[in-house]
Amino acid sequence: MKLMTAQQIIFLIVAAFTLGSALMVVTTRNLVHAALWLVSTLFGVAVIYALLNANFIAVVQVVIYIGAIAILFIFAVMLTRRDMRDSGPQLNSNWWLGAIVAALVFTGLVFLLQGWSGFTGTAADLPSGFDPIGLLGEALVSPEAYVLPFEVASVLLLAALVGAVYVAFNKK
Amino acid sequence: MSFWNDPLKVAADWLEGVFTGWGMDAVFAHVLVAFIGVLLLIMILMVVDIFLVWIERKVVARFQDRLGPNRVGPFGLFHPFADIVKLIIKEDTTPGNADKVVYNLAPILSMMSVLILWAVVPLAPVMLGTDLNVGVLFLIAAGAIGTLAIIMAGWASNNKFAMIGGFRQVAVMVSFEIPMLTMLMIPVIFAGSMNINDIILGQNTWYFVISPLGALIFLIAAIAELGRAPFDLAEGESELVSGFNIEYSGMKFGMFYAGELLHAFTFGGFWAILFFGGYRFFGLEQVSPIFAILILTFKALLGYWVIMWVKYTMMRIRIDQMLAFNWKFLTPLAFALLLVTALMNALLSSAPAWLFALGMFLANVVTGWVALEIARSAAKQERERIEGPKKAVEAHH
Repeated sequence: MKLMTAQQIIFLIVAAFTLGSALMVVTTRNLVHAALWLVSTLFGVAVIYALLNANFIAVVQVVIYIGAIAILFIFAVMLTRRDMRDSGPQLNSNWWLGAIVAALVFTGLVFLLQGWSGFTGTAADLPSGFDPIGLLGEALVSPEAYVLPFEVASVLLLAALVGAVYVAFNKK
Repeated sequence: MSFWNDPLKVAADWLEGVFTGWGMDAVFAHVLVAFIGVLLLIMILMVVDIFLVWIERKVVARFQDRLGPNRVGPFGLFHPFADIVKLIIKEDTTPGNADKVVYNLAPILSMMSVLILWAVVPLAPVMLGTDLNVGVLFLIAAGAIGTLAIIMAGWASNNKFAMIGGFRQVAVMVSFEIPMLTMLMIPVIFAGSMNINDIILGQNTWYFVISPLGALIFLIAAIAELGRAPFDLAEGESELVSGFNIEYSGMKFGMFYAGELLHAFTFGGFWAILFFGGYRFFGLEQVSPIFAILILTFKALLGYWVIMWVKYTMMRIRIDQMLAFNWKFLTPLAFALLLVTALMNALLSSAPAWLFALGMFLANVVTGWVALEIARSAAKQERERIEGPKKAVEAHH
């Protein structure tokens, strides 16, 4: 058997960490702990992005998912629960259904990726001078590429923002 | 390559040579040397941190017309060491029913969120740290970890004051992240890159001269991110006793305290890097990396001094004032300035350097002036709305 490279070892450690954290998110009874385990899961995903040389996505993952969304989750838990150490019973007992769906999705993904040549091969190193952020930025505003989906997503977020303001607005 | 031109590389090569000479694998030796380098940087930063305590105490004393520490050692220089001994021998308390793991993790994360920032700081032309192509965004990502540390401390302490302090700090940090991120884009527009070293290399004219308003908004957002006066709502001694860190004692409190000081110094450094040319000073940085590090340290200390100056001059503002200031004034102003800067950058792209700088400077002045006029007329309306009925009452009497 071929000896594993350092990158593969790091990937396995990070992947195990991410999966373990994800498992803790759904099994821990304390809601704030679940949110904190979610943070460590998201951090693990960010490290995997960094391993893939996708620095921009990795940093954005930390900024948006940990800096905004996870903090929002923690806020929501703290503001909506009577007891902040809430560790009551599960809301419903469909966990086995969730487990089956997760297993099915995993098998389906493995099955699909089996046909892809990159599944077993090793990715080539990025050529030096390759500027992924520049390419991403140009792709997002180029009419031939993704300017329309980008703008549609922006309008959707704006609509959500307006909706949130409308819901929270105090009519005098 | 001589020691004078690149001391770090020479030392690392020598150490790697020693390790491989012992029969160590070349890759492993490389990783080990990198690890030792990181450890050394952190140790230097922690030692700097000790002296930052002394600087902070001395400067606040001057602002408040006192002498400051002057008993232990020359100029009281050894005072922080007495502080450290005191912190270490204090009892390490944990409140009852506290969430122990989260409670103990919070100070570590708080310190980590500051130290990790130095991974991307270019100390000299040849000492770039991690030459990340998204270095600017890294600043915000590390700030997210700091926010998390504070809310963890507030929640795990099982204390209402700590909880409220944590909530407030998160409100401040989440709000001011937006103008800060927007202002980070201004050096990015000028340099055409998110790489921090490219931003430094692009500053043949300091970006402070080209975009003074951007530098000012960045400083305000940085002070809010630090949780320092006038934005120190999370501590709010008068109403929250000490806020999120109330239950921490001994070295765990020391971690928060030292983390805050080092954070202020670090943001002084980033202010210098983004708007004052970083390690550059009339080509002196090319003579030797040692000069470059000294220049950067000097500029960072100057930025730190400005942050202290604001802290010890301004009073704490209320949370509603803080939120109104950010969302109704600073964030729209930051967006407007970003739009103006991007537009001017496109218009002046082929202009000579002096015209570019002049045009940008004037655009900044006009944007700032318009924003202040709008704020003034809004304040006038508000005053009339409140004082109007009062006058009517007086007339009635």
